[in-house]
This record gives sequence, structure tokens and C-alpha cells, in this order.
Amino acid sequence: MINFNYVKPSTQKAVTDTLGKDATAQIIAGGTNLVDLMKRGVTAPEKLVDITGLPLKNIEQQKGFVRIGTLALNSEVAESELILKKFPLLAKALNAGASPQLRNMATVGGNMMQRTRCSYFYDTAMPCNKRKAGTGCGALKGYNRMHAIFGTTENCIAVHPSDMCIALVALDAIVVISGKAERRIPFADFHRLAGTNPDKDNTLQRGEMITAIEIPDNDALAKNTVYLKVRDRASYAFALISVAAALDVKDGNIAAVRLAMGGVAHKPWRLTAAENFLKGKVPSTENFKQAAAIAMKDAKGFGHNNFKLKLAPNTIIQALTTVSTQA
Amino acid sequence: MAHHKEEINSEKETLQHTRRKFFKISTALTAVALIPSKILKAAEDNVDEKVAERFEKQTLTLEVNGVQQTLSVEPRVTLLDLLREQLKLTGSKKGCDHGQCGACTVHVNGQRVLSCLSLAVMQNGKKIATIEGLAKGDDLHPMQAAFIKYDGFQCGYCTPGQIMSAVACVREGHADNEDEIRQYMSGNICRCGAYPNIVKAITEAKQKGEV
Repeated sequence: MINFNYVKPSTQKAVTDTLGKDATAQIIAGGTNLVDLMKRGVTAPEKLVDITGLPLKNIEQQKGFVRIGTLALNSEVAESELILKKFPLLAKALNAGASPQLRNMATVGGNMMQRTRCSYFYDTAMPCNKRKAGTGCGALKGYNRMHAIFGTTENCIAVHPSDMCIALVALDAIVVISGKAERRIPFADFHRLAGTNPDKDNTLQRGEMITAIEIPDNDALAKNTVYLKVRDRASYAFALISVAAALDVKDGNIAAVRLAMGGVAHKPWRLTAAENFLKGKVPSTENFKQAAAIAMKDAKGFGHNNFKLKLAPNTIIQALTTVSTQA
Repeated sequence: MAHHKEEINSEKETLQHTRRKFFKISTALTAVALIPSKILKAAEDNVDEKVAERFEKQTLTLEVNGVQQTLSVEPRVTLLDLLREQLKLTGSKKGCDHGQCGACTVHVNGQRVLSCLSLAVMQNGKKIATIEGLAKGDDLHPMQAAFIKYDGFQCGYCTPGQIMSAVACVREGHADNEDEIRQYMSGNICRCGAYPNIVKAITEAKQKGEV
């Protein structure tokens, strides 16, 4: 690993000031992704800003929402009584990700900021527009079994690897960002599609940091939830396809539904059109199949990942079937 | 590039003691090719002291297996390398060094973590427990004894990580049945495939209730 300067500021302002002044500085908290990327030479920050001294770890009920500090560990969120009661979907998604050791290290903010696991991004001998702009996409005509089927461009077909983020986008979470001023943005607007500049994973600006996530209260969506993750082994593997689903049935009809998919796009992929189709309808296999077909509109395979074109709708149908039997 | 890295690494021991001197005398392209632009600029300006700053060691205090240690490390040193190279606690193993195998698992403030992805400087003031700290003198920890009883290993390379993870797994309350044990031990890979016996060992250690 190339050496670097290490600082541990005691205030949030000192962190954002340092990030604003120094383009080569990066935040470190859990370090589970960043240290790996530095060892591999994928990234080489000249300064690491350790934010673990900041008081941003609380998980607390506030008026109308639950606030989770950016430094809350993945394991702490997954085991929080409050989260298990109000947002079991989030706990399920977190427990589907990584390993117990990694969940004990990784933070909420770090989970959001983690980079793709595209093997071309990781291999510094390969072209990758995300790692080095203008070098091309190795995956496009290479080995792309793990890659995206939605929102792709010829510049990049990488997927965002998080499980947690799939649940958070389904739950309409808000991202609290601090910089020169504080701003709040919908979770769906935090990550971005690759477009012409795949090097940018998200909409965070220089000099900004995530300070918290806020999830609006919605008891109806705590009743029947599933995080269905299809992967190459039973545990400790990234998703081929994952589906987060929450369903509320009243008087035999779907009163509320949330659907989001992982392993398919450069950002957590909310299935809004499928949700709109299902609202007010009977929770039947036929309707679930139609919803899955709507969700798959515009999906595109790149060869090795063509199996996802079948696996994705099947996973949606299975997830919806599971939550409807809970109801 | 890879060749240059090896050259740098081979000089690591010497460098640790004579970094300032090294940068003062060195105009080697090998070094120049590797260091970030800012340092390069500084080097060109002959501000060698500034260059050396980056490699200055930081003081850090840790409690390792109950013993207070005051150490000095470069920011890039991982907790695993600190334990193995400086404290000569070679029980924690460097398997993949990328957080994928679990062989480096240790407890930090009672929680199991991967020491290969933990920067040592970030552990200042924390309590570290490694496999060396489990036994009390000649009395093996119940989890160690159970691993031996059930043959929970073949080559043994993953075993320190497996045992540290297994102890945490039981203490966390994630060892109630075989499925749960398998799920919560999935961060520890055993290429010999001793999994069935590892599960048996953890099951018994948990049932005995001494973990």
C-alpha cells in the first residue's frame, strides 16, 4: 500500500474543511472497502481522514422518522431493537450482506460509499472508465456475468454491490449530507447511473460527507417484508439478483407495496412502475407475473449475464409470493 | 511497476530505520514512479524533510491480550501486520489479506473483526484479543479443546481465525443451531473443508456454556 497522511479530526467541520481543501483526501471509517482498494492500487489517497471520533453513531426515533448516524455499524443497525421493530426489511438486507466480521466494521455511510466489485475496476491492468476515465469498459465485451442489465451505457455496466442500499431505497430513506451547508436528498437521488462519467458513483460533492440516514415512519411496511438474495453460495457472496419487498394487504387488495432490486444497475434499482401496477390489485400470482414483466421493461443483457433477464423476474415473483403468504 | 514495487518491498526493513536518509540520497526512478504527485513535487524542490513527514511513524497504545503496548507505526500498517511483525504474535494468519477468508479474525473491544482490513493507527486505545490470549496457561479455552476433540481442522491455517470467530459467534448468541452457526461462521473459509467438524465443535462448546 502506498503510504499516506493520517488525520483524525474531532469536529465535523474540520472533516469537511479538509475534504474541501484537499482533493486527494478521503474519509475512512470502517475501511473494509477502502483499505482493500488501497492495497490493490485501485485508489491511492494522499490523506485519510478518520471520522470515527465524531459523535455520529446513534440510532434514534425522532418525530416521524428514525435517524441512523453515518457511523452506526452494519451489525448495530441489523440488531437494533428499534430497526427490527420498525424496519425489519433493513435488518434483513444488512444480514444478507458481507460476513459478521465485516458487518462489525462497516458503517452505514461506508456501505453507501463502497465501490463496485466489477473485476475490471479492481484489476489495474485492465481498462475501466470508473477507475480511470477514458480507458474504456473491459466488462462490456469481457466477462460480465455479475454485471448490470438496467441503465447501462457503453461506458460502464458495473453494478452497485450494496444490500443495505436496496432496502433503504425501498423505504424512501433520506440522506443527510453535511458540507458548507446541510442538505437532505431522497435516497434514490444519492447514487447515480454511470452516464458519461462512471467515475462518479454518487451525487456527493467535494467537501461533503454523509452524516445520517432518516427513514420515515411507515408501520404498514413493517408487517410483511422479505429480502430475497440469489447468489452463488448460501452466504457471504454478492448478489446475482436481490429483491427487497414490503407488502400491506387490506380487505384482500394491495394497499401498499415497495419493491427494489439489487445486482442489476449502477444504483439501487427501485421498481416504481411495478409498484404502481400492483397498488389496489389482488395479490395473485398472475398480477405478480405482470408486475415482474413491467419491471423488466428495457432490461438488456451483455452475454454472460443474460441469465439475469430470467432470474430477475423470477426473483421478483418469488419475493412477492413470499410476502403475500406472510400477509 | 510490479517489479519496482518488489524492489521497494525488499528494502522495507532498511527503510523503516533510515527513511529520511533514504529520501535524501535517493534519486532512484523506482521511488519516483511510485509516489504521489505532491510528494514528487516536494522531492523535486529538495524539501526532503517534508517527504519524510509522510513516513513518520505514529505512536499508539494498545492493550493486546491484557498487556499494554506502546508502539510506533506508519499509517499504512494494518493491525494484522502490527500483530505479526512487531509483536511477533503470528497466530493470526494472513490468508488472503483482502478481507475474504477470515484467517486474520481477532477481537477488538470484544467484537470480531478482520485485522487485515483494520489500520493499526485507528485502533489507538482499544483492547485486542488474539488466539494467543485465549488459553489460560496450559489450560486450553473450551473452544480450542472442542476443535481438537472434533478434529475441526486439517492443515490448521484457518484455525486461529475460525476459533476467534467461533468464540464471538457463541458470545453474540448466534450459535443456537447448525444453520445459524453455518450462517454466522460464513466469513471464515476452510479450504480443507472441515466445516462439519467445526460446526460440531461450536455446538458442543456452546452447549457446555463456558465460552
